Amino acid sequence: MNDLLLISPILLPLLLLIGCLASSRHERRSSVISLVGTAVLLAACSVLLFKVSTHGTLTLAVGGWMPPFGIVLVADLLSVLMLWISALVGLVVLIYGINVGSAGTRPGHVYVLIQGLLLGVNGSFLTGDLFNLYVWFEVMLISSFILMVRERRKKQLAGGLTYVILNLLASAMFLCGAGMLYGKLGTLNLADMAVKLSSVGDPEFVNTTGALLFVAFAAKAGLFPFHFWLPASYHHAGPATSALFAGLLTKVGVYALLRIFTLVFTAENGFSSTLILYLSMATMLIGVLGAVAQYNVRRLLAFHIISQIGYMTAGLALGTHLALTAVVFYILHHIAVKSTLFLVGGVLEMKTGTADIRRHGGFYQSQPLLAFCFLVPAFSLGGIPPLSGFWAKLNLLQAGVQSGEWLFLAMALGVGILTLFSMVKIWNESFWKAQPSTSDGQPNTSDLPLARGKPYLAMLLLCALTLVFSLGGYFVFELSARAAANLADPTLYINAVMKGVTP
Amino acid sequence: MTLVLSLIIGLLFAAATYCLLRRNLMRVLLGILLLGHAVNLLLLSASDPLSRLPSILGKDGTPEFPETADPLPQALVLTAIVIGFGLSVFTLVLARSCFQQSPIDDVRDLGKEDRS
Repeated sequence: MNDLLLISPILLPLLLLIGCLASSRHERRSSVISLVGTAVLLAACSVLLFKVSTHGTLTLAVGGWMPPFGIVLVADLLSVLMLWISALVGLVVLIYGINVGSAGTRPGHVYVLIQGLLLGVNGSFLTGDLFNLYVWFEVMLISSFILMVRERRKKQLAGGLTYVILNLLASAMFLCGAGMLYGKLGTLNLADMAVKLSSVGDPEFVNTTGALLFVAFAAKAGLFPFHFWLPASYHHAGPATSALFAGLLTKVGVYALLRIFTLVFTAENGFSSTLILYLSMATMLIGVLGAVAQYNVRRLLAFHIISQIGYMTAGLALGTHLALTAVVFYILHHIAVKSTLFLVGGVLEMKTGTADIRRHGGFYQSQPLLAFCFLVPAFSLGGIPPLSGFWAKLNLLQAGVQSGEWLFLAMALGVGILTLFSMVKIWNESFWKAQPSTSDGQPNTSDLPLARGKPYLAMLLLCALTLVFSLGGYFVFELSARAAANLADPTLYINAVMKGVTP
Repeated sequence: MTLVLSLIIGLLFAAATYCLLRRNLMRVLLGILLLGHAVNLLLLSASDPLSRLPSILGKDGTPEFPETADPLPQALVLTAIVIGFGLSVFTLVLARSCFQQSPIDDVRDLGKEDRS
């Protein structure tokens, strides 16, 4: 029973993918299959979350091949939290409604791709094998590539090409690192790798392969200087799709960084994490400066993703238990907040027909509910108490004080102010100021048709989740602290995977 | 043999890097393809039986076939080739439809739409 539960986050999207493919001619049917199926996935992930938080880490040796020889699926608290929130975001995006594309394309195919994306994301969270992680990354990427360019608008294709090329480069780096590690250690199992690497005693080798894998994951996460593809492409995808990307794709990169660089490439194994801290600080600054200069609503938000990723990896570089707790909390908070903001941005674009916030206006008066849905995540992102962003930043800053990283503290506070500034910019332009007159001959018709679905229900659900993270912050913090305890002490993970196996 | 293999890998990486740094879009795509080959060969080189203990042990824990290459990297390379092939075809189709909409030759033109 536990085995079935553990593999269900991979099995369910796969079955749904086949179901949607079989009924791809009927949009209605495939959307219902997708929606109901993802709700079941969310339920399964909730049960899994409950099981893991009460009974500890679950593992499954796929095909009965015992670790370290076979592929092993590992559900520790961090994986399960990520699984749970990605299923939730998937469900919300499906409720929001996906633009199924022009006539002539099979409408059901978009649901196939969404399930493919969830399949790849869930697989990456669960796997305990380096090469398997590569395969799940590719499953996720190919789905996202096609989702990105589905509508075949000119800008989409150009942005999509940048996205594809840079991600292919990152995948090549990943394979190089994996190949070199296997050549030296003779294993691909992460836990086994961690054990064997500690006895290699070759800092050049550890740092070379570590750097290769770091570049691969950093490119997926959008860390400076590998972030260029993100603001070039995300805002060209459809609103629902871009919310899904913003919530999940970069976080998979951050998850992989968290997993590999707390387990395999640790300071004890000779990997130096100073560079990660400095790159993170640069990421925070560059991202927010890009956002400040932008007027395209979803492009501005895409720059914010980069800036916030910097906070998460900075916590990873600090490496203390408190810092890792803050990172886990930060990821959860950021997935909820960022997806909401992209959904709101999508509604703004659909209502006005333009992404330029200088030509928006008057939404506070005409759409107070939309203003509420923007205000909660925007203030949370800016770190206004008592919203979730405040708790996440507070803990991270505390960890910074503990480690005595004063430059990081100054940077984090300064970037926080700029973040709030750019959120206020959207607020002023789109919501607060009066509706600009449309006398300049531009017809105010929609370029992106409002997809069939319930956008407001979806946005309110995610706002409610942000409020739960804010007001129930203590409970979520406890869970994050337990997940981080698993990260801070790699032996817990190693023992869970290698139990009953003689070395 | 090891020397030849490493020379070829190095050559392929150099050629791929050279192509990737060009501004011509077609060269960049060629660079991606070459990089895929370089990486596959690098993966294959991990199966070298001389680099560490033999992979197949007998019942008493001693190597049974000390001359055998490790089969796992070959399986990995096969997987990587299949995935790489699919992704390359997708990238080429994407570049083609991009080119059909507006003839782009210089990769710097890709980001022009956003610079307003």
